Amino acid sequence: MPVDLSLLSLEIATAVFGMIILILGLIVPAKGRTGFAYLTVIGLMGLLAMSFALWNHQGTLYDGIYIVDRYSMFFKMIFLTAAILVTLGSVRYVDEMGSQSEFYSMLVFATLGMMVMASAGDFLTLYLGLELMTIAFIILVCFKRLETKSVEAGIKYLLLAGLSSAVLLFGLSLVYGLTGTATILEVTEALFYPGAFSPALALGLVMLVAGLGFKISAVPFHMWAPDIYEGAPTPVTAFLAVGSKAASFAILLRVFAASFAGIWENWTMLMAILAAVTIIAGNLLAIPQTNLKRMLAYSSIAQAGYILVGLVTASPAGIKGVMFYSFLYVFATVGAFTVASHYYTETGSDEIKDMAGLSQRSPLMAAVLLACMLSMAGIPPLAGFAGKLYLFMTIVEDYLWLVLIGLVMSMVSVYYYLRVALVMYRDQPSDPTPLNVPGSVALTLILALVLTLIIGVYPGPVANFTNAAAQSFFMLH
Amino acid sequence: MEFPILMAILLSPIVGCIFLIFVPKDEEKLIKSIGAIFLGIPFLLTLYAYFSYDQSVGGLQFVQRYPWINDLGVTLYLGVDGLALPMLLLVTVIGFTAVFASWNISERPREFMILFMLLVDGVIGTFVTQDLFIFLLFYEVVVIPIYIMVIIWGSSKRVTKEYAGMKLTIYLLIGSAFLLVGVIATFVRAWTITGVPDFSFAGLARVPFPADFQILMFGLMAFGFCSLLSMWPFHSWSPDGYAGAPTAVSMIHAGVLKKIGGYGLIKIAVYTMPLGAKFWAPVIAVCGVAGVVYAAFAALAQKDLKYVVGYSSVSHMGYVLLGVASLNTIGINGAIANMFGHGVMAALFFSTIGFIYEKTHTRWIPDFGGLIQQVPRLGVAFMLAGLASLGLPGLVSFIPEFTIFVGAFKVFGGLAVIAIAGVILTALYILRAAANTLFGPKRHEWDHLEDIRGPEMVPLVVLGTFLVLFGVLPSLLMDMINSGVAPMMAEIGNVLQIGGKF
Repeated sequence: MPVDLSLLSLEIATAVFGMIILILGLIVPAKGRTGFAYLTVIGLMGLLAMSFALWNHQGTLYDGIYIVDRYSMFFKMIFLTAAILVTLGSVRYVDEMGSQSEFYSMLVFATLGMMVMASAGDFLTLYLGLELMTIAFIILVCFKRLETKSVEAGIKYLLLAGLSSAVLLFGLSLVYGLTGTATILEVTEALFYPGAFSPALALGLVMLVAGLGFKISAVPFHMWAPDIYEGAPTPVTAFLAVGSKAASFAILLRVFAASFAGIWENWTMLMAILAAVTIIAGNLLAIPQTNLKRMLAYSSIAQAGYILVGLVTASPAGIKGVMFYSFLYVFATVGAFTVASHYYTETGSDEIKDMAGLSQRSPLMAAVLLACMLSMAGIPPLAGFAGKLYLFMTIVEDYLWLVLIGLVMSMVSVYYYLRVALVMYRDQPSDPTPLNVPGSVALTLILALVLTLIIGVYPGPVANFTNAAAQSFFMLH
Repeated sequence: MEFPILMAILLSPIVGCIFLIFVPKDEEKLIKSIGAIFLGIPFLLTLYAYFSYDQSVGGLQFVQRYPWINDLGVTLYLGVDGLALPMLLLVTVIGFTAVFASWNISERPREFMILFMLLVDGVIGTFVTQDLFIFLLFYEVVVIPIYIMVIIWGSSKRVTKEYAGMKLTIYLLIGSAFLLVGVIATFVRAWTITGVPDFSFAGLARVPFPADFQILMFGLMAFGFCSLLSMWPFHSWSPDGYAGAPTAVSMIHAGVLKKIGGYGLIKIAVYTMPLGAKFWAPVIAVCGVAGVVYAAFAALAQKDLKYVVGYSSVSHMGYVLLGVASLNTIGINGAIANMFGHGVMAALFFSTIGFIYEKTHTRWIPDFGGLIQQVPRLGVAFMLAGLASLGLPGLVSFIPEFTIFVGAFKVFGGLAVIAIAGVILTALYILRAAANTLFGPKRHEWDHLEDIRGPEMVPLVVLGTFLVLFGVLPSLLMDMINSGVAPMMAEIGNVLQIGGKF
């Protein structure tokens, strides 16, 4: 069978681009090392354009080891969009940290890892992508190497990511041992007969849920998230919350909705309970937080719970829900974290109480933070509402209780989001000087705000696009 | 193509907001004028629509329909009928007059006006749409501006404004969570039954849902709508919320926003789930009558003017619930008319109390006495609102309350008698509050008060005109409502199998 390497062109281009940034950083003298952010943005935009051009180019490589379909392409677009927004919003923040070329090249390599995950067709490729992403993230998390908090976060992430990888690998090897294959499509076939379920497979399944649950920070595997989100440089936190989570959902769907499609009765209830627990715990734990980044960390745990809802039915509609939500989640999360990171560069604080009077110092930042948080809470007319609608529609017939929990908890989440609004809008600022919002940050914020609003009011086009991508998921399987 | 009047009504406040973003924030007069203009346009357009609506034809008029989300069958479906038009008139008139009731706000006026116009636009949106998805989009738009307005411009007396704002918000959001569950489940079930996704009210109403499903769904939706309508025992946000909120928010909230609950209950819950409505009607009626009596007694015990009106509005909503629960054309006609009447009256009441508070910095009834001698115009406004509230014939609330009792008596008998007795309690607390505030010996500490004049007169004149006009000519209101309710009841009447008793 001839190998069509052009299917890999996006990944190859990304790898080359990451190398170029790294090498440029070595060649260019220290004084001239500005503008890497813009170079990265331009390069990533080129890659994004390429992904659109490759939309119709589908196929599998090496007997299904690597799957290039619209489903994976959609996720690659999410990763690239997130990377672009994060880079654009963090120009000043990274300037102050130094070592720009290393930072941005690691960002690009993490993106590459996510792309490999989205396209992975067998367990080894999947693991390869996962590790590429994780190692890049470990470096990024402790990038502020002179700050104890950041280094501590890096070490924690290293240890816990290693542990979760071990659990995941153990699970994968159990599945491999029971089915005799590591290719996802063949596992599907191997499990598609009555009585395929066995206690050993149950153990493997639980291990997989635990290993991937760590990556998406589902409760009870979420302990790492608040510490690491708080300690990591804020742009990294944003990318971790968006990209790493979306990529893990991409493989979670592949493994569960595809490989284990035959034994779905055995794991859908598990997913439903996991989603419910994650939604409840994430939202309740966010309430007492006083640090903006920690609060956003808990809220992103809750968001993972909502996305998990789409997995419960493992239907095309559910997959579409996951993809749609992951897409709009990018804008809400990057918007909120960009405000946090820019506020930190301007004032040196992440505490909620220090944001007093933000609406008067910078109406744009306050409005974006509020809109992004409310989008996560699912308040119409913001994007989160449409996303939740698509997700809950799939399960409302069979899991009415989960819908009820999800929606009531999302209204509870408004409580802690509005506490931030209270401080930003009611209080008078202790220092009334207007905050300086440079062009690149303003652009990111406006993009996040406008897209969150447009997707919420007029979700039609994005929904159609997502539909097309979700349908390809079952075509190749 | 005819002029898209509903679209113009819907977009006008948004255009006003965009203008305001570019106005310097210290141009107070300009900001308020822009607010008045862009809320005045919808008011005038609605008046035009109200009087050019062809009642002999009935049904939806001024219809515009554009595809919106194809895979969910959502359309941007604008249109009004005899149910929606009075509500639309109510929100636009209160929105317009509330600008003048807030004429003296000097703290951050631009932000105030932007948030207020967003709030009014959200309420307008719920009444002009005939599509459930679009309805939901607007339904919750209103919550966040209200919260921000309460915490910035509200007042802390018995409870802090932060507490009041959060209580208001959380109550309404939790209620709407149940509503959302009901809506999503209904939509999905309708899709499975008919095979075509359709989010429009009429489309959902045509689906023959099984009876037990209707009972569950009506319960979820009714919980959401009734908690917005401050049904006893889910009413406690209402007095606290109104007391904490600034005048304009109290006016809009008591005047129209909670009426979305009643409107939704009729137009969505009863219309799509008639069998569920039949099952739950006795419960709603009992809660409604309990609310009438309980809130009237509570109002009797209040010494803060805003709490008196706050509890009074809970009490009045009890009548509305009773009217809806009677599930016949007369009762529902009365319920909608009563929402209209109470809306105008409550808005006038809150604007009057707002002016009194602004000038005296107190709302404590024992602090007052003989105010009508010092501020006669405010006194007239107070009395006008008060007399409308106790249902004096010749003012807007008399005919609606009477209609409700007629509709409910046939169905509930004794329960309706208790509700009618509530009218006596209403008279008691209103007249007592009026007597202690306006009449009696003059207090010299209020000699310096200036009466309302200029722009401040607008709420009294406009709302007062409505109170009297619709009171003297009730057919203006009742015929309009009947033209919307009668066809709807005919449609669901077969399902309800209305027997001789109705």
